[in-house]
Amino acid sequence: MDEMKDAILEYVADEYIDEDDEIELTADTALISSGIVDSFSMVSLRAFLEKKYDVRLPDGEATPDAFDTVNSIIALVQKHLG
Amino acid sequence: MAYSEKTRQVFAGEIEEIRGKGLYKEKRFIWSPQGAEIEVEFPEGASREKVLNFCANNYLGLSSHPDVLKAAHDGLESRGYGMSSVRFICGTQDIHRELQDKVSAFLGMEDTLLFPSCMDANAGVFEAVLGTDDVIIADRLIHASLVDGIRLCQAAYDTFKHMDMKHLRKKLELHRDKRSMMVVTDGVFSMDGDLAPLDEMCDLCDEYGAMLLVDDSHGTGFIGKTGRGAHEHFGVIDRVDVITTTFGKALGGASGGCVSGRRELIELCRQKARPYLFSNSLSPVIVSATISVVDLLTKTTERRDKLESNTKYFREKITEAGLNVREGVTPIVPVMLYNAKLANDMSRDMYAEGIYVIGFFFPVVPAGAARIRVQLSAAHEVEHIGPREAARRREGSRRTGAARCAAPASSRRSVREPDDRGRARAGRA
Repeated sequence: MDEMKDAILEYVADEYIDEDDEIELTADTALISSGIVDSFSMVSLRAFLEKKYDVRLPDGEATPDAFDTVNSIIALVQKHLG
Repeated sequence: MAYSEKTRQVFAGEIEEIRGKGLYKEKRFIWSPQGAEIEVEFPEGASREKVLNFCANNYLGLSSHPDVLKAAHDGLESRGYGMSSVRFICGTQDIHRELQDKVSAFLGMEDTLLFPSCMDANAGVFEAVLGTDDVIIADRLIHASLVDGIRLCQAAYDTFKHMDMKHLRKKLELHRDKRSMMVVTDGVFSMDGDLAPLDEMCDLCDEYGAMLLVDDSHGTGFIGKTGRGAHEHFGVIDRVDVITTTFGKALGGASGGCVSGRRELIELCRQKARPYLFSNSLSPVIVSATISVVDLLTKTTERRDKLESNTKYFREKITEAGLNVREGVTPIVPVMLYNAKLANDMSRDMYAEGIYVIGFFFPVVPAGAARIRVQLSAAHEVEHIGPREAARRREGSRRTGAARCAAPASSRRSVREPDDRGRARAGRA
């Protein structure tokens, strides 16, 4: 769980946050609703999750709400881990 | 009754939600032709005000230019009002072909296909040329119509940080096993005025064997020494594979757009692009007027030179006035205020002073990056930009003193046009 959290946090920081952004990223930081990630660029995160954890996240569940925090993302991935 | 009270309440609730988020678009009525000075009724029912217009895409001031009006009249007289057909049945006149050929020559492309708008061009091009074996790699701040077009296409897609070439390289590396890759960007980004670094993008595309598509709607006609667009500015006219652009901004401002580029890609659009196949032909009036615009711009750079000079003058003066302007060379000048209320109040107060500009704030732009977007035009004279300078300076100094002192780091982030899910996309006005 912690390993997954760290991996996702690291990906989000690398993929979406610039060096000069003063954003303190935690597993509860709002990603979509705060504007750090928008639903168009969310596709990168989804592809990363599907590849890294070998899961298929259905369109109906890979929603901006489900992707709003790292914790909610973890819950979604765990649900589909089988 | 099918439209029940319950249904009405559902829609009314959604409208209220839009209002609650500060995203409600008020009605504004213009009683005059488009130009540097216009007569506006705002809010609805209010008395009309003559204001200086700094929020149109009328970059070259051709929307109401006499030569363009004459060409439109000539088109109306000689070819009629409408075609009552799609292009491929009986909707293509000689002048449609003439405009396509002239746009190809102007942009330095192999072929061109007209669409009812650039929104339609962007909705059609990806689906027509790419499939499930391909990938689209797009700048995160591309225009909403490109986003929609990409989503309509079966190709996979990915994004890279705004104008970040290291990140683009990373994505090209990641997807290099695909049949084909297409990199997608705006030439000029409408909310920031940023110019995409097309020279570096072409180098990367060459290195990885990717195609490059540029939506140059905010660049065609005036960016580059002879106004061909962002690809001319960066000296890569022969290296960009596809340009989509509009006739609804600098090129007369009515409507219509096109996809211009490699011959086979254009032919595929002609065969497969649904907005092309299932929309009516562009009206002969618009085609005729747009031909006259392309002829004019091919003959002289006078108007783009004037716009460049106006832009330079305005950027200098507004910076001297102490306002924080996003650096750049384009006529889209975002005056950064960093505070939503300030942007809103300032645009309202400036309207009261006879200057029509729009404030943008979160969620249209990132939190902490509120601004007023000023758009310059060749229709502006120095007195439009100059004599009111002092008033603007007073207004700017009074309101932005605090903002200048403490611009938050987050405001330095590139401006994104928020999307259509939870954060309304501003689109390109």
